[in-house]
Amino acid sequence: MPQLNCTDFLNISELLSEEEIEVQRMARDFTEKEILPIITKHTRESTFPKELFPKMGALGFLGATLPQEYGCAGLNNVAYGLLMQELERGDSSMRSAASVQGGLVMYPIYAYGSEEQKKKWLPLLASGKKIGCFGLTEPDFGSNPAGMLSRAKKKNSHSTNSGWILNGTKMWITNGTIADVAVVWAKNEAGKINGFLVEKGMKGFSAPEMKGKFSLRASVTSELVLEEVEVPEENRLPKAEGLKAPLGCLSQARYGIAWGSLGLAMACYEAAVEYSKTRIQFDKPIGGFQLTQKKLAEMLTEITKGQLLALQLGRLKDAKKITPPQISMGKMNNCAIARKVSHVAREILGANGILDDYPVIRHMMNIESVYTYEGTHDIHTLILGEEITGIAAYK
Amino acid sequence: MKIGVLLKQTPDTETKIKIKPDGSGIDESDIKWVINPYDEYGVEEALRLKDAAGGGEVVVVTAGSKRAVDSMRQALAMGADRGIRIDTEGVSLDSYTTAVILSKAIQSENFEVLFAGKQAVDDDCVQVAQMTATALDWPCIWPAEHIELGADKKSVVVTRPVAGGIKEIMEMTLPGILCCDKGEHEPRYASLPGIMKAKSKPIAELKAADLLAGETPKVTWSGFRLPPERKAGKILKGEPEAVCAELVKLLREEAKVI
Repeated sequence: MPQLNCTDFLNISELLSEEEIEVQRMARDFTEKEILPIITKHTRESTFPKELFPKMGALGFLGATLPQEYGCAGLNNVAYGLLMQELERGDSSMRSAASVQGGLVMYPIYAYGSEEQKKKWLPLLASGKKIGCFGLTEPDFGSNPAGMLSRAKKKNSHSTNSGWILNGTKMWITNGTIADVAVVWAKNEAGKINGFLVEKGMKGFSAPEMKGKFSLRASVTSELVLEEVEVPEENRLPKAEGLKAPLGCLSQARYGIAWGSLGLAMACYEAAVEYSKTRIQFDKPIGGFQLTQKKLAEMLTEITKGQLLALQLGRLKDAKKITPPQISMGKMNNCAIARKVSHVAREILGANGILDDYPVIRHMMNIESVYTYEGTHDIHTLILGEEITGIAAYK
Repeated sequence: MKIGVLLKQTPDTETKIKIKPDGSGIDESDIKWVINPYDEYGVEEALRLKDAAGGGEVVVVTAGSKRAVDSMRQALAMGADRGIRIDTEGVSLDSYTTAVILSKAIQSENFEVLFAGKQAVDDDCVQVAQMTATALDWPCIWPAEHIELGADKKSVVVTRPVAGGIKEIMEMTLPGILCCDKGEHEPRYASLPGIMKAKSKPIAELKAADLLAGETPKVTWSGFRLPPERKAGKILKGEPEAVCAELVKLLREEAKVI
């Protein structure tokens, strides 16, 4: 029986199909050969390895769960999760780029777009020839997107075919500056949230890069500024109305993060194991000390529990039985354990833990973003709180 | 163009080999199995040759147990079209009998060219491809580093490294066997759609016992053992003069090398 090529203490390989395992092994191979050799340089220089995007597209990494008729791979959600795990084992920036393109740009076009929009955009985005971004969060509306200030008003209120005028500012937008198309969410005059495909070069649309990040340095993060941007009706996502639509996209991306964060945790755990076996202090490897062993044992236990959680989420998602609070639990728990694992791995590496000769400090800084974006840890906690008690704490 | 690839499943090169307690063979329980890395170059070159020829078929041919299907599927996911597996369950094979069953299995296929790795990284015998060529009465080039299809599409032009960094360029009339070395082409990744398609590509199954038709191995294995463990070294400490004197004394009296 084929085996996963990663930490697999409870042999979850046995619960996977041959194709799922093959996807994991291929993605790991890609990460080893394409991402890891270049990622430290990109992190130091704070640049996105844009040249990897068409390569990822050619291999089917972008929008991988969408159907083959639009140029996508048609993977199931477990195989997709394993792909996210391996990309994030490389770097959260690469997983984020793939998550945004697939879950937040291609998915809304696929789920809420017209047939023309799907035919035009999905193959281009799947191949990595075009880059997309997703604009929901605003400077003053993060956890509470329903309060957004971005507005879309009809150019000619008497015509159903009239174009739209968009105004507003979005913030914390992955790939914004390099995107060819932005899925922008704005309220119409009736106060309903609508989605628009805002294209690069449209008059009044700009996407300045946000500088000074200590996390996700190999990823472009931007503002989107919309000043009287004219968007034709054919660029509105016809089937998206209300906050449900962007939240539906977030469920896709959050699910991917439940797996991706495991990849980050595994990278840190594996680095810590390796280090603790080779670092000699007091004439023996530091892995021979009880304090180190306790740390490693707890890391492995948390990763293993996280794997089982992610796997069952994937099976539920494939069976179309998954609920948003279940996804919240996956995102919340697996980011939290990855954050803990990265910190403890940093401790085990001692002073070497702060150098980028080892991957740990890079992952430790990255997880701070992942812990916070796509619904903060606290918001997911409150979503679960509401699920348990029936009382929404945040309303 | 009809192209065959001889593919062997071998332990991953990082595997720590363990011997069965009775010394009768290798303990396979913890081994991670992969496509023999040189055979992977063969798959890559086969897929490139198919493209250069403007189409055709790449068939993966493997003698191995059921677990070898995993590696064959990987080649199918890279883009090969179908597979033939000769089931070796319960049969003990050496290079000669492996060549016998491979050559018989492909007799009716009428391949125009066969690819193989220059050697398998498990037993390093470097014999099966050459013996298969002999059985088929085909030419064989070992090792092949760069392969181009001839203008007539009935020959290949092959670059072959020889001693001293010199390259030999040979033209081989097809059919023939090319034993691939690491060349300029890294084996491609299987794409995700490729992986999804691989499960529906056919793998025909033959029985080694049927193909052997009474042929028996020329080699028998009498026992397996690991190389003796290296003894721990000795570290001399102290003032340089004293350490040097001690070192010379040990080299003369203990190691007896001076």
